[in-house]
Amino acid sequence: MIFSFQLLFEATLFGILLGCFYAAVSIGLSVAFGLLDVPHVAHPAVLVLAAYCTYLLGSYGWDPILAGLALMPVFFLFGVALYRFYYETFEKRGTEAGVRGLAFFFGIAFIIEVGLILAFGVDQRLVEADYIGKSLSFGEMRVPLRMLLAFGIALALTAALTLYLSKTFTGRAIKAVAQDEAALRLMGADPVRIKQWAFGIATAVTALAGAMLIIIGPVEPMLDRVYIGRTFCVVVLAGLGSMTGTLAAGLILGISESIVLMHFGASWAPAVAFGLLLVVLGIRPQGLFGR
Amino acid sequence: MKLPVSPFWIGAAATTVLAGMLSLSGINEYFFFAAYVVLQFVVLCTAWNILGGYAGYVNFGTAAFFGIGAYTSVVLFQSLGAPLLVQMAAAAAVTGLLGFGTGLLTLRLRGIFYSIATVAVIFIAETLMINWRYVGGATGLQLLRPSPMLPFETYTRMLFFIMVVLSVFAVAIARYIEISWIGRGLRALRDTEEAAECNGVPTLRLKLLACTVSGALMGLAGAPLPMYLSFLEPASSFSLNYSVVALAGAIIGGTAHWIGPAVGAILLASVQQIVTVTISSEMNVLVVGVLLVVFVVAAPDGILGLVRKLRRPRAAAGSPP
Amino acid sequence: MKSFARRWFLVAGALAIAFGVSPPVAQAQQPIKIGHSMALTGGLGAAGKAALLGLQMWVEDVNAKGGLLGRKVELITYDDQSSPATTPGIYTKLLDVDKVDLLVAPYATVPTGAIMPLVKQRGLLLMGNFSFQVNAKVQHDMWFNNAPWHDASSWSDSYFAIAQRFKLKTVAFLVADQEFAQNLGRGAKEIAARLGLKTVYEQNYPPTTVDFSSMIRAIRAAQPDIVYVMSYPNDSVAIVRSVNEIGVGSSVKLIGGGMVGLQNATVMESLGSMLNGWVNYHSYAPEKTMEFPGVKAFLARYAKKAVEAKVDPLGFYLPPFNYATGQMIEQAVTATKSLDHKVLAKYIRENEMKTIVGDIRYGKEGEWATPRVLMVQFRGVVDKNVEQFRLPGKQVIVGPAKYMTGEALPFDKARK
Repeated sequence: MIFSFQLLFEATLFGILLGCFYAAVSIGLSVAFGLLDVPHVAHPAVLVLAAYCTYLLGSYGWDPILAGLALMPVFFLFGVALYRFYYETFEKRGTEAGVRGLAFFFGIAFIIEVGLILAFGVDQRLVEADYIGKSLSFGEMRVPLRMLLAFGIALALTAALTLYLSKTFTGRAIKAVAQDEAALRLMGADPVRIKQWAFGIATAVTALAGAMLIIIGPVEPMLDRVYIGRTFCVVVLAGLGSMTGTLAAGLILGISESIVLMHFGASWAPAVAFGLLLVVLGIRPQGLFGR
Repeated sequence: MKLPVSPFWIGAAATTVLAGMLSLSGINEYFFFAAYVVLQFVVLCTAWNILGGYAGYVNFGTAAFFGIGAYTSVVLFQSLGAPLLVQMAAAAAVTGLLGFGTGLLTLRLRGIFYSIATVAVIFIAETLMINWRYVGGATGLQLLRPSPMLPFETYTRMLFFIMVVLSVFAVAIARYIEISWIGRGLRALRDTEEAAECNGVPTLRLKLLACTVSGALMGLAGAPLPMYLSFLEPASSFSLNYSVVALAGAIIGGTAHWIGPAVGAILLASVQQIVTVTISSEMNVLVVGVLLVVFVVAAPDGILGLVRKLRRPRAAAGSPP
Repeated sequence: MKSFARRWFLVAGALAIAFGVSPPVAQAQQPIKIGHSMALTGGLGAAGKAALLGLQMWVEDVNAKGGLLGRKVELITYDDQSSPATTPGIYTKLLDVDKVDLLVAPYATVPTGAIMPLVKQRGLLLMGNFSFQVNAKVQHDMWFNNAPWHDASSWSDSYFAIAQRFKLKTVAFLVADQEFAQNLGRGAKEIAARLGLKTVYEQNYPPTTVDFSSMIRAIRAAQPDIVYVMSYPNDSVAIVRSVNEIGVGSSVKLIGGGMVGLQNATVMESLGSMLNGWVNYHSYAPEKTMEFPGVKAFLARYAKKAVEAKVDPLGFYLPPFNYATGQMIEQAVTATKSLDHKVLAKYIRENEMKTIVGDIRYGKEGEWATPRVLMVQFRGVVDKNVEQFRLPGKQVIVGPAKYMTGEALPFDKARK
């Protein structure tokens, strides 16, 4: 393969842009799984669902970013409902139900995937917008505008969520419920309502991330499968419950993927996320910033 | 009434004889084509249950062992022209080893971490095959079958019979594990691993045994696939669909007893085949997903659990096999 | 204990009963059934739907004339989703459940590759549908491909001829890892080596790749004169967009070659001016060197039906060929008065048949004896306009010499 400083620099830059996007895509899972301990294997499927909803709104002329923002409250309610159902059916009944909870989310992921195939077919879908297809030139290099945009929104989203969790009352309650549920209850807050709220927020964030997914590239219903690897890799590498860790882990994944792509070729890139995941689980399962 | 041979073996022999008669009869060829898939899932679900049902480790990586089994067959066929049974033996050896290896690496992890790690194995196995030109890479490989062994008229009929024998074999192994000390140990560690360990149960060894056996059986299920299709490519061989159906079949049938996965597999796979022929192939995946969710939510002990509840209205502990 | 033996019998019996009954087969043997799968969804779906319309038009026409051998013709179609994983099952179903009399192949190399062993094992006639070199390994003698190429040189010669004219020296290959692209790529690389061209970059990418920016950047860094791309519709579109977005570098004078999908009207409309300068293969363009008897009338009829069926409105690429496949079946069956596959195969092998895409005669390995792969260059294309492609001048035929309607321009010049 060709090696040059220029290419390496470009690959790293692209990796940073992509990595931030991966962080935004995973941050919902960081909350759902990292903080709330929900085995949410259906998270990537919800992401792809949001991308398709963006496509749907796009076919009515909506700008994808606006569509994503509009979808956030809808997905918030969806998340609340999903968590409530999961809690009533599984979590309440103790740890034995953990296995079944996992199977449940796996089933949900499949149902969403097949639902998308039945509704939209297996073809790829993409959105059109003014900023998709253009690029900014920096000398010899041209950086696609859609990547910059996704990068910017992802950064804003991660920052917003981190601030929310550390500065607001509900945010800190969410972190508290992850650490010590009993203590929280003694302080008069209802842990179930807080967890519900948190899960709703995680799903809402995923809605905007889904809009970015379809801005970055075309989507097809089976896309959730490869994103299982990417999102779980980021969440595990970050360390459960760490938001800044999610950003760092996303960057690491994005840059690794980009460099593997450049150096070894496109056929190895899909295994990077899963390989990194296995390495982290093997060497340091608590991740970089784990609690 | 005590018989000299356990009724299980009588039933197993009868099934094999029935299968033999069917494969020599004049039934429509498509029956064997479809039944092969159903039997393949009987093996997969039974194999999954050894680790998933008995030991409580939810393995999502069925597709990895299945696919590697298929690719082992291809390698043996391409390089040595090996006959099918040799291919299958090799596949079992390779995937058994793979099961052992992945067990060693991942069994320390609990719950969802273990399951996600098993998904990772699928993608890594697939990527390795995609990058290996000898087995066709992402393009895949066309394969010309040799002629079937006598007395079978067509290769598909022969594969059907072999699959029946394999299913009986898999169920027999699962039954043996369940009723022996291995099964007792696995059940103990499923309930509380620490307590079992404190009681002297060799948890790691049992888990590794379960992983190896489970993996080997899954590889056996995948080994005849290249000959069945006369074609093999990575994307469909390592499809996550195999993992979901293996898991769903076992849960729907009932994970507590060796006959649960067989019942679940036959039911689920048959419905899938019928839906594929009459409606569409997407719907069959939807059927799996919906049934899985419904059973997991409403009937967690599967069909066996429902049958047991209907027979004995009073809550009862598990009956002896 | 006995209940378990009983359970075994129940299970085995249920299985036998569930599948023992053959699905009902059409009682009256009256219609002649032609079975095939077609890519109606998935990457090849857009072209596949148009192809199906072409074939259906033939079925209508032949039934209007009284059918074949006095029997109506019935077309049985299944959607293979552009995937080779579905075709073995579909063709087994067509043969054993639907009990079809004749087979047509799926559209395109990738889904067809998977069923070649099956048809060879069963000794069946298969009419190919735009596959490339899919019979090379299996060597089935009852395979007849309806596509304007035969071997690698029939395709790549005119592409490299343009390169020779521009006196280009270096080439980059971007090849999808699937049967079609790999077949084409293998042949092209041999020809390039023979012509003394230096390969400065080579990349096989998995067919599911959606982002090509890093590959385009690597190509730019390698500074080739020629870029030969072999891709399927989704990748072709992504590659054109990516080159438009980040540029491929000023060294490239010739780019394109083997990109499936750029013949599709909807794709051409949505890519618009991004296509200018690309040189790609085609089977037909509305230029004056392409006026075969019957094709204009067919396209006019097709255009009306396409609007209703919501498929490719131009229909330049596949529909005429699919209609022609029907015509070949018609001629073979009528001449031999038989549906026996061996008899029909012999006829097709030995005779020249007249169709709306010209006279077709088969050579070795079941491919056209005389190829007619066109290289067209997109010029002066504007955005969001599909009707512009009906007029000559937008897809200038730049090779082979026999059909040329204009000289190729270097990539950067044609972009303006």
